[in-house]
Amino acid sequence: MPPRRASLFVTCLVDLLYPEVGEASVALLEDLGVEVDFPEAQTCCGQPAFNSGFEEDARRVASGLLDAMESAEAVVSPSGSCTAMVRSHYVHLFHGTKDERRAEALAAKTFELTEFVVDVLGVDHLPGRWEGRVTYHDSCHGLRELGLTGQGRGLLAGIEGLELVEMARPEMCCGFGGTFSVRLPEVATAMADDKIAQSEETGADVIVSGDSGCLMHLAGRLSRTRSRLRPMHVATLLARARGLAPASR
Amino acid sequence: MAMTPDAAVRKRFEDRADVQLRKRHLPLIIGRATDTREARRRDIFAELDLPGLRNAAEAVRAHTVANLHTYLDRFAERAEARGTKVFFAATAEEAVSYVRTLAAKRGARLIAKAKSMASEEIHLSPALEADGIEVVETDLGEYIVQLAKEPPSHIIAPAVHKSRTEIARLLAAHHGRSLPDDPEVLTAFAREVLRRTFLEADIGISGVNFGVAETGSLALVTNEGNGRMVTSLPPVHVAIMGMERIVPSFEELSLLLPMLVASATGRPVSTYFSFINGPRLPDEVDGPEEVHVVVLDNGRSKILGTEYQSILHCIRCGACQNVCPVYRQVGGHGYGAVYGGPIGAVLTPLLVGFEKAGDLPHASSLCGACTEVCPVKIPLHEQLLALRRDVAREQKPVVEGLAFRAWSTAWRRPWGYRLLARLARAGQGMFVRGGRIRKAPPPLSRWTNRRDLPPVARRTFRERWKDR
Ligand code: SF4
Repeated sequence: MPPRRASLFVTCLVDLLYPEVGEASVALLEDLGVEVDFPEAQTCCGQPAFNSGFEEDARRVASGLLDAMESAEAVVSPSGSCTAMVRSHYVHLFHGTKDERRAEALAAKTFELTEFVVDVLGVDHLPGRWEGRVTYHDSCHGLRELGLTGQGRGLLAGIEGLELVEMARPEMCCGFGGTFSVRLPEVATAMADDKIAQSEETGADVIVSGDSGCLMHLAGRLSRTRSRLRPMHVATLLARARGLAPASR
Repeated sequence: MAMTPDAAVRKRFEDRADVQLRKRHLPLIIGRATDTREARRRDIFAELDLPGLRNAAEAVRAHTVANLHTYLDRFAERAEARGTKVFFAATAEEAVSYVRTLAAKRGARLIAKAKSMASEEIHLSPALEADGIEVVETDLGEYIVQLAKEPPSHIIAPAVHKSRTEIARLLAAHHGRSLPDDPEVLTAFAREVLRRTFLEADIGISGVNFGVAETGSLALVTNEGNGRMVTSLPPVHVAIMGMERIVPSFEELSLLLPMLVASATGRPVSTYFSFINGPRLPDEVDGPEEVHVVVLDNGRSKILGTEYQSILHCIRCGACQNVCPVYRQVGGHGYGAVYGGPIGAVLTPLLVGFEKAGDLPHASSLCGACTEVCPVKIPLHEQLLALRRDVAREQKPVVEGLAFRAWSTAWRRPWGYRLLARLARAGQGMFVRGGRIRKAPPPLSRWTNRRDLPPVARRTFRERWKDR
């Protein structure tokens, strides 16, 4: 029996900057019969400090997440990157500390949203309707640390009217990379432009991804360069296609 | 070369990268070449058991490096038994001075060189040239960057950053004649001009892909055949070998050589494999009178026994460079070191120290594409992460340290997090135009110089959740 209850780990980026992605995630899960709660003690997975080499600070913030999710049955997050942080790096981050066991426990019960829907709930088809051409950007951590390739695409495939067009290198990094994007802004921007050029070549209207970090970076560049391509989180698109979320912000 | 290596590395990656980014055509040229290699690599492994091969290759490398001194001693003993001279160089200086002394003793005036990253690492050619010796690179790519007075920008394809037109122009200018930008014509032309070098050189210098401990042989792979000429025609052959480039026996070699070639070029076999067993024996018709192997430490043994030991498993295939999205934008020269791309971002700080190259581990978005392709399964992006931690511990950057401490102090508790969010929302008002921030003060300007920034939402998700 798949879990019928899940705790949403909304991530700091979605909470603060893209709350509609959180709402869309909740709507999707509830529509599938999952009872969703939101442990309010959560803040962030700690990745910014961790990826910058400041493990102690990462641990301070991450231990807050361990506390917040202590009693959760399953934890679901609309971010491949934050999920990968919890699943692939917490065990190492808390290795040899009193929280090691708790970190292992959280790692074992944390899932990315599309992964949870497809692999845990066993739902690989979501009927819905959405008109447009969509290209899919594989976020690096979802792809390489969680091994997500088909889940998001598979769910989009069930949407009527939606045409999925692959860009030349969907697996190539968009240049966000967390603090990388401000540490080396020019390199990060050049990488975004590469990604955007590939996406535009497909003739897509929308670039979809499962990570708000990539989307924030791409969106910032898209609006700065006045591209007609629109960025959208996979949760938002799915919720809209299923009539679970307002058509625009 | 134009810059001394240490000065080049010490300059910040960001500054070098920005210079490289101004060459607008660079990602296109690099992308085309590296994508082709990567596509061929995928194709060739598609029919093979890649996970199994990688496991096996990793196991061989791990075993060898874990027992490196044993195998190195065996290698030296067997090689010397066959008349090869083996010299262990602890530093670049020792290696260079060994070769200079040898060149002086032989009265060398012309040296033919095959590709060797280790010789680049120790800056051998400039030292020999300073002694008045002419040094000619005989690998086409190396020859091109030599004419351009640049260091190689890729482990396998040194001139990967040069367009065909640039190459034609370089060769034409140097030889005072006009040449078409047809790769076949250019290759044939270069071969012709290099032929003299092979025949007249007093010494041939090469790298080593693998040294075989069991027999003391050297294995060399080239795809132009120049390696064979450099190591057999001149009377003296000097091979520069990184100390980790050892395999126990031909059995392991038969796994690693094809892995190297397939990962590097995507081709099943390289055009030329050479095995060098030592100087010419009395009954042999060709081969050099003397063979010298310079085994180079130069910081490698410091890595043994640390959590970074697996970086010594590297077989220098360049596959990680071909898939690296940062390398694609800035090229090998962006890294300011002999080894660019992911392998360089890990290896260089370990070899030359954090003071000179501590920012290289940050020259990565941690996308993990490198780790995914590495034929010997080096966890490159995890090593980059670990290095960032070690660099921060050693250098203790004050501003960044305080910023992260303040951040973690606030965000470890939900009320601190909410407080910061409210402060940001109150403070952002004057910067938000049309629902986005186009210009923010430092340090956020590092974002907004090139990208718009979304403001903190009027109502965050948690605020909305409360009102459900
Ligand atoms: S690190 Fe791995 S992929 Fe990169 S050059 Fe070395 S062996 Fe090849």
